[in-house]
Amino acid sequence: MKTPPPNNRPQIGGVWWPALVAAAVKLLLIPSYRSTDFEVHRHWLALTHSLPLSQWYSDATSEWTLDYPPFFAYFEKFLSFFASKVDPTMADVHRGLNYASPPAILFQRLSVILSDVVLVYASHRLTKGGNFGCAQRLLIWCLVIWSPGLLIVDHMHFQYNGFLLGILLLSISFLEEGRDLIGGFVFAVLLCFKHLFAVAAPVYFVYLFRHYCNGGLVKGFARLVVMGSAVLAVFAAAYGPFWYYGQIQQVLHRMFPFGRGLCHAYWAPNFWVFYIILDKCLAFSLVKLGFDIQAPTASFTGGLVGDSSPFAVLPTITPLITFVTVILAISPCLVKAWRNPQPKMVSKWISYAYTCGFLFGWHVHEKASLHFVIPLAATSLRSAEDARHYFYLSIVSCYSLFPLLFEAQEYPIKVVLLLLHSLVMFFGFSSIFPRSISTTATAVKGGRDNNNKQETPTFYIGWFGKFYLLGLLCIEIWGQFLHRIVFGDRFPFLPLMMISIYSAIGMMYSWIWQLRMISLSH
Amino acid sequence: MENWKKKKIGPNNPTKTVSKPEPEPEPNADIWSFITERSTKSWFLCISLFAVLIRLAVSLHPYSGAQTPPKFGDYEAQRHWMEITVNLPVKEWYRNSSSNDLGYWGLDYPPLTGYQSYLHGTLLKFFDPASVALFTSRGYESYLGYADYSMLYFVTVYYSGKPTGDRSSMAWHTIMILLNPCLILIDHGHFQYNCISLGLTVAAVAAILSDRDLVGSLLFCLALNHKQMSAYYAPAFFAYLFGKCLKRQNPILEISKLGLVVLGTFALVWWPYLHSVDGVLEVLSRLAPFERGIYEDYVANFWCTTSIAVKWKRLFTTQSMKLLSLTATVSTCLPSMIQLIRSPTRRGFLLGLINCSLSFYLFSFQVHEKSILLPILPASLLAFEEPFVFQWLIYYALLSMFPLLRRDDLVLPYAALYALFVLLYYAPRGRKDDAKKTLSFYSILQVVAFACSLFLHIIYLNITPPDKYPFLFEAVIMIFCFSQFVLISIYLNTRQWALTKNSSRPDTKKKRL
Repeated sequence: MKTPPPNNRPQIGGVWWPALVAAAVKLLLIPSYRSTDFEVHRHWLALTHSLPLSQWYSDATSEWTLDYPPFFAYFEKFLSFFASKVDPTMADVHRGLNYASPPAILFQRLSVILSDVVLVYASHRLTKGGNFGCAQRLLIWCLVIWSPGLLIVDHMHFQYNGFLLGILLLSISFLEEGRDLIGGFVFAVLLCFKHLFAVAAPVYFVYLFRHYCNGGLVKGFARLVVMGSAVLAVFAAAYGPFWYYGQIQQVLHRMFPFGRGLCHAYWAPNFWVFYIILDKCLAFSLVKLGFDIQAPTASFTGGLVGDSSPFAVLPTITPLITFVTVILAISPCLVKAWRNPQPKMVSKWISYAYTCGFLFGWHVHEKASLHFVIPLAATSLRSAEDARHYFYLSIVSCYSLFPLLFEAQEYPIKVVLLLLHSLVMFFGFSSIFPRSISTTATAVKGGRDNNNKQETPTFYIGWFGKFYLLGLLCIEIWGQFLHRIVFGDRFPFLPLMMISIYSAIGMMYSWIWQLRMISLSH
Repeated sequence: MENWKKKKIGPNNPTKTVSKPEPEPEPNADIWSFITERSTKSWFLCISLFAVLIRLAVSLHPYSGAQTPPKFGDYEAQRHWMEITVNLPVKEWYRNSSSNDLGYWGLDYPPLTGYQSYLHGTLLKFFDPASVALFTSRGYESYLGYADYSMLYFVTVYYSGKPTGDRSSMAWHTIMILLNPCLILIDHGHFQYNCISLGLTVAAVAAILSDRDLVGSLLFCLALNHKQMSAYYAPAFFAYLFGKCLKRQNPILEISKLGLVVLGTFALVWWPYLHSVDGVLEVLSRLAPFERGIYEDYVANFWCTTSIAVKWKRLFTTQSMKLLSLTATVSTCLPSMIQLIRSPTRRGFLLGLINCSLSFYLFSFQVHEKSILLPILPASLLAFEEPFVFQWLIYYALLSMFPLLRRDDLVLPYAALYALFVLLYYAPRGRKDDAKKTLSFYSILQVVAFACSLFLHIIYLNITPPDKYPFLFEAVIMIFCFSQFVLISIYLNTRQWALTKNSSRPDTKKKRL
């Protein structure tokens, strides 16, 4: 029953309403704390404005060298055109260093807010299909547009994730509609904006190869050529000019700085956290038992210094190992995509790939959890199970972003954001999957995918979830209040470490859950 | 997320029913139901969290007098009061002395504000003693000084909300009350504690509307003792309660009960100063700063606006000005008071509150721009019944505060909150009940006026006035707002009187029956 949405008009207006409300709140957040990423992006803007293209990737005026792919540099170039009108100093490579005048701040913040238009449009596109009721649409829009993680990372901490994720969602929405060519094209564009999104490339490749390039040898090959040339065209547009100037090596060198360590300064809550902790525990207990263990000289975050390993007991981890682990972790979903490429699973597969990249990747930043939390929002209403999983995941992901904002004045804001988000999720999910004993069909109104009819469509948190969330609360209270009382100034790293480990448990749960759902799906 | 709250359950189907797949619900029906269908608590929680979020975000912006020595601004005033109240005995709070220089932000609000500063200061002393040290702390700036008493406001709104209509409209109404942009800008941007006295007033109104008059008058006295500005409401409270008592069986007894409560509350709050007449006079003289003149700056009231043509300050002495403004205020309050005494209805009471406070705003002595908050509060309580007037009042109240807020560097939050208000006001709701607005004549007027105000905003921000008239644009804004306020005042007075006619008819019918 594909009832076309009765009248489209109010719905198009519909998405703008939450978006505008969000924009108003984002405006209010303009004076909040901004990280060095602000200066990073300002510098790129100045860099692309004042230097010729051939020097973009070789300039070293500031330590914040350009390390995003060319499309992002073009984007900064585009912004710098307006920036130089607003405040010429901010677009000057040398005079602009560490420059943050009020107009410059306003300009940069507004550019983030405006670029979110892509995200808004993408979330509208994603929910256009007939299988969403009004309330569902609204809920999804608000999960995406109002995501506290995005607000924290983009509009306080400062970055442009909103519009990059918008491009990703756009690509997913095309794939779900079966328009594979344009979906692949958009993804190629995304890769040329930020190469971290490449983690999902294997999924895209397998899916497009099996879903798009089928229908016989000739037709399949023809389509492969079409798709290949589309992708190549995008890459040529991005890297061509640098190729022309003989800069391509330099570009790649800047984009993949493997000199960094396994973990970021604050440990992203991923699998390697457990590995590090295990190593520490082993070393500690072996020393107690009388073995002579050398304390490691290198740090996990600082990169590989010479030959020394940051681990005392366990074997050291190299980028190659993380790469192989990620591929291995993704492989079950590649097999699924190969066997049965179906559009409706594609967003789950992509999110799963990003989850693997986040958990097992090299030098992962905690912000990367947005790469799968945001796309999963769109599928969170497929079943009560999905909703439940999304409920934990987005809380964990948002909580793991808390350390990004460490100043006192933002503290209540981030807490209120998370509370509000959880409340809305809780009320939204429990009204879409109500408690009453129903046999069918409340899950997705008019949906195509009521496969799991045997599962009672009820949203509940469950004892594990309650227990986990309670633990989250305890960790937060410990970190904010008790730690100072108990230990004073000692062990300042402990609260952050606890947040990291605890969130990592939640992330691992989410990964296992996704893996299970993907292997069980037909 | 908050958006949810916006409410409006479609009149028809509570979609949530778990029946068979029905045809899709009307696209516009009841999209907020997943918040509103649950208990009152659920949507109230969401709305108030959202309101807290907005307030927190606004408080990131500069406040009045940030980093501008030597006198700083209202933020420093609040901090200074804490310093005074924590370090000096109660009796010295209002007395000029070597340790209490009243010229430097002396305490000029009633005792309850003093007690609140004391409590707050004691707390602060515990965490950060330097911030309240006598003398040495002047100009101390930190985020510690920030305490959000709006909770009080929320809770009272919550209780006052309870008795009214269906949930989704209540949710919308609550948003209108809680996200009043003017109050947020003044309290959390400019920095003041209006939310306490306004919250107490809301509580008083709620108590009185649910027929607990004694509690209501107690709360109102507290409000009055927190900010003397609450006196703007006094005529309406008095008239309504008086009118209500007259309708009772034993008017004298009822009135004396109320009187006792009022006197008792006052005695309690003023206790430390009641030992001598001097003590009381000392405080009183601080509360009524007549020496500051009939008006300051460019406030959109009668005296200030007409001063362009009539130089009131030169023509009259302060003494006669006082009398003049008192007469003008009382005479403009009278119609609505008389109406309230004659037929005290709930709706009339709210209208009376707006009318009286507007008259005070327009005609009383020494009015500040932020006093427009007082008429807005009852108007927001009536937002559901009179959305049109409410919106109108908010727009021009915002405009009238614009020069003040611009001085505080609050243009950005001003714009954001303005937009947020418009968005929330027009939140997609299930029904199209707004369509049948008020008279179309008013709608056209509104559009024209709105265009003018937009134009004024832009001009004010972008054009430097001619040297000869440096305050030209302030004056234009003032005149414009004044004209709107007068219109609103006239309109609301007629509404209130129309109430008598309507209500008297059914009444007489009943009697005849």
